[in-house]
Order: sequence, then structure tokens, then C-alpha cells
Amino acid sequence: MYDGGKIVAGLVLFLALVTSPIWYNVVTGKAEYKPEPKIVTQEKECVAPKAWMTAMHMTLLNDWRDSVVREGNREYVAANGKAYNMSLQNTCMQCHPNKAEFCDRCHNYASVKPYCWDCHVEPKEKK
Amino acid sequence: MNALYALFAVVVLVLLAFLGVSAAGLQVVFGVIVPYAAVSVFLIGIVYRVLKWATIPVPFRITTVCGQQKSLPWIKSSPLESPPNGLWTAARMALEVLAFRSLFRNTSISLASDDKAPGGKRIVYSANFFLWLGAIAFHYCFLVILLRHFRFFTEPVVFFVPLVQVLDGFFQVGAPVVYMTGLIILGALGYLLFRRFANPQVRYISLAADYFPLFLLLGIVISGILMRYFLKVDVVKAKELTMGLIGFHPVVPDGIGSLFYIHLFLVSALVVYFPFSKLMHMGGVFLSPTRNLSNDSRARRHVNPWNYPVHVHTYEEWEEEYRDKIEAAGIPLDKG
Ligand code: HEC
Ligand code: HEC
Ligand code: HEC
Repeated sequence: MYDGGKIVAGLVLFLALVTSPIWYNVVTGKAEYKPEPKIVTQEKECVAPKAWMTAMHMTLLNDWRDSVVREGNREYVAANGKAYNMSLQNTCMQCHPNKAEFCDRCHNYASVKPYCWDCHVEPKEKK
Repeated sequence: MNALYALFAVVVLVLLAFLGVSAAGLQVVFGVIVPYAAVSVFLIGIVYRVLKWATIPVPFRITTVCGQQKSLPWIKSSPLESPPNGLWTAARMALEVLAFRSLFRNTSISLASDDKAPGGKRIVYSANFFLWLGAIAFHYCFLVILLRHFRFFTEPVVFFVPLVQVLDGFFQVGAPVVYMTGLIILGALGYLLFRRFANPQVRYISLAADYFPLFLLLGIVISGILMRYFLKVDVVKAKELTMGLIGFHPVVPDGIGSLFYIHLFLVSALVVYFPFSKLMHMGGVFLSPTRNLSNDSRARRHVNPWNYPVHVHTYEEWEEEYRDKIEAAGIPLDKG
């Protein structure tokens, strides 16, 4: 091998970088953690079917925001015929007041930090 | 035709994953077995090829330089173009790896009309920055996207992911926030593909192996964008799957959506294809002899590594051997 020292050092660095997540999770020991968002409301249903909400709630909120702020339309009729006031604070957070144990659990896991709370008021929670 | 072969191959990969998951229910194959196999091939393949390159001797300095070599103190030298020592070579390499300096020198040839020239036409060379721009935009976006994906491979998420996300989603458009790298990489890949079609010379030398990575990367980018903004998958469950892979306790949660498996399968295909293809330039750039050798062949003696002691018969020995005959013939001798 020619210039073996440098080449092997480069390869070791490459392998260390590629496998770094494995070592990281060995150190933190959290690879099997699952976020379990807690539902506290007495209601049975969300504004849309659960599976759809899990994947699409950001799009829904975006549509609500556009509808309220741009079109002045505040009423949302859900698929089951119920009408809701399109509001982040007054609708979502009414049924999901436990932001830290609901929204944030998933969001921390998936590394999303919605900037909505720069302006919208978070529900007051016992910390 | 080459482009069609490559496109066809990528379409087959997409269909394979789609049917495999949605019709045959092979989630375990596409979510666990294929990714593990792919990463193993990737790592072993790269190490094997780099070590194979390392066995090839570089007997002399290959100095394709475009600057004055360091010589006498009053001759101005250009150490970056013609590095006299290891430090300047490292600087040249850094610019090559981080800024794609060689690509920046790309020129395009065209015919310009000129009344004085024979035939009324004259060849002109001009700088062409688009290849460089497309390449650098693609590579840096790819890096940012790779770093962002660490949210799927670390728990708690590593510190740099939120930083990268904030910068990438700086304009705060929509929800989920639009990441600019997603748009830029699409544009860059689109240009790199368009270039192969639009320029006749480049089209003539383009092989299926040139189109395939482009189509594959486009497939990965498009499936990723669809997953995030349009068709949606359950991100939390997707992370449970990736964390299972990372922690070697594979799980296949129900209901992630087949788009995720298509994305994962295309990435696995890219990773398997990597060591066998031109994509190995990732490792190769560090070993390119025209870039990583200092131009010091006049200052230092470089001995060919496979030199063996050669038996020589010097003039002195020859003269000694035939001394009497030379004297007899009256020919003058070196050693009287
Ligand atoms: C009427 C009360 C109510 C309102 C209003 C409401 N939710 Fe829900 N939400 C629920 C219930 C109940 C569930 C659990 C549904 C189930 O388990 O089938 C749920 C589930 C969810 C889930 C899925 C959680 C999981 O474990 O995957 C998300 C995400 C969600 N809601 C977000 C929202 C958002 C965003 C809003 C505002 C647009 C909202 N919800 C408004 C009651 C509500
Ligand atoms: C710059 C401050 C700001 C930020 C950041 C912001 N909003 Fe708003 N939002 C407003 C204002 C102001 C209104 C109008 C309130 C009204 O007319 O009732 C509004 C209204 C809304 C509404 C409808 C009305 C209501 O009571 O909720 C929704 C839904 C909404 N925003 C969602 C979001 C979401 C989701 C985000 C994060 C992605 C977000 N907003 C970020 C300022 C902001
Ligand atoms: C089941 C887990 C889960 C729950 C519960 C949940 N979210 Fe989310 N949310 C996500 C995921 C995952 C994303 C990011 C999707 C992506 O990155 O493609 C997201 C993204 C968002 C976004 C867009 C953020 C951005 O800037 O891109 C908003 C806004 C949001 N969620 C609001 C809420 C609110 C408000 C609640 C509580 C009422 C909530 N979410 C509960 C999983 C969840």
C-alpha cells in the first residue's frame, strides 16, 4: 500500500461518520423510545379521523389560517357534520390543552419546532 | 436511448417497491432487509475500492499545473497552482473538495463570425459557470438534506438538526415549512439533466451510467417532497422504523404509507450503486494524483518505488576489460 497511513486514516474517519448515529444512540440509550401523545379530552373524535390528523394536521392548520386570515371564513364543517370554529388556540388547544404531553412529545421526537407560539398563546399548563 | 434505459431502471425500482409493499406486503423486506444489505454493500464496497486504489503506486509527480513552479527567489511563483510543499497541496485540495475549483474552470467552445478568419468563422472559448453552479448547488443541498435527516437517526435529536432546519426554512412559508434546499436541489438536478440533453457534445458522450444517478436522485428528491408536503406519511412511525434499524432491533410499524418504502428503496439503490459507479468520485477526489501531489520534483529526488538494483557495466570497467586490445589498436584511453 502506498500512503497507507493517510488513506487508512481517511477510511476510518469515513466509517466513523457513517456509523456515528449508531454510537450516538448507544450512548443515549433511547433508540427504543416512542412518543405517546396523551389525549385528555372527554370527546371521542378529533376534527378529522385520527390517522388523517396524525399525518395532515399541519396542512389543516395552514388551510385554517388561510381561510380565517385571508377569506374571513371561520367555520369548519368536519366530515362527520360537526361545525368547528377554525382556531388554533380556541379549538385545537381546547381539546388538547396538554401541549407539552401532546403536541410537543411528537414534535420533539420528529424535531419540529412550530413557530406558531411566537404569536399564538400557549395554553397554561402546570409544569 | 441511454437516458431512456436509465429512466426505465428507476421506474422499475419505484414499481418494485410500490408493488412489493402495497400488493405483496413485503414491508419487512423493503423496510429492514434491503436497507441493512444496502448499507453493508456500501461500506464494504467503498473500503474495498479505496484500498484497491491504495495499492497502485504513483512513481512520479504528475504535475498538470497551470502556474509557475517555485524556483529562484526572484521569479514569482504561484503556490496554489503549483504547490511546492504539503501545506499548499492541502490548500489546493481543500479548494477542490469544498469549492469544486476544477469545475469552475469549465470552458465552452463556440464559433463566432469573423470576416478576417478563413471561412468567416473563428473558434472562441468562453467561461461556462453553469456546470459548476449546478454541481455546487446540488452537492451543498444534498449535504444539508443529509444533515436534516439526522432527525430520523438520533434520539434525542442532535443539536445541529434544529439549527439547519431554521436556516433552511428561513422564509417560514406554509406548514410544514418549505425548505429551500428541496427546491434548489430539484432545480440543480434538473439543470444537470437538461445539460446532458441540450448540449450535443455532452449528449454524445453521455452513457446510461451518467443518466441513472440523476434519475435516481430525482426520484429520491421527488418522493421526499411528496412525502413531506403532498401525499404525507406518518413521520413518527417512519422514525420508529429508522430508529429500529439504527438500534438493531428492527420494527415495522403499520400504516406508514408505501411512499416511504419507495423513498427508502430508492435510497438503498443509490447506496448499493455507489461503490460500483462514478459516484465513487466522493473518495476518488482525495486520491486524484493531479491534485494531491506537490510539484517538487526539481527540489526533491523521487525514487521509483519499484526500482530494483540494476546490474550495470560502466565504461571504466569495460575499458579495463579490453585495455590490451584498445592499446594495441592505438585508441586513446581515459585512464592512461
Ligand atoms: C373535539 C375535540 C378535539 C378538537 C377540537 C381537536 N382534537 Fe385532535 N384529537 C381529539 C381526540 C379525541 C383525538 C384522539 C382520536 C382517536 O384516538 O381516535 C385526537 C387526535 C389528534 C391527533 C392524533 C394523535 C395521535 O396520537 O396520532 C392529532 C395530531 C390532533 N388530534 C391534532 C389536533 C389539531 C391540530 C387540532 C386543531 C386543528 C385538533 N386536534 C382539534 C380531539 C380533538
Ligand atoms: C407573526 C405572528 C403569527 C405567527 C408566527 C403565527 N400566527 Fe397564526 N395568526 C396570527 C394572527 C394575527 C391571526 C389572526 C387572529 C384572528 O383574526 O383571530 C392568526 C390566525 C391564525 C388562525 C385562525 C384564527 C385562530 O384563532 O387561530 C390559525 C388557525 C393560525 N393562525 C394558525 C397558525 C399556525 C399553525 C402557525 C404556525 C405555523 C401560526 N398561526 C403562526 C399571527 C401569527
Ligand atoms: C402524532 C404526533 C403529533 C402530534 C400529536 C402533533 N403533531 Fe404537529 N407535527 C407532527 C409531525 C411529525 C410534524 C412534522 C411533519 C414533517 O416534518 O413533515 C408536525 C408538524 C406540525 C406543524 C408544522 C410545523 C412546521 O413548522 O413545519 C404544526 C404547525 C403542528 N405540527 C402543530 C401541531 C399542534 C398545534 C399539535 C397539538 C394540538 C400537534 N401538532 C400535535 C406530529 C405531531
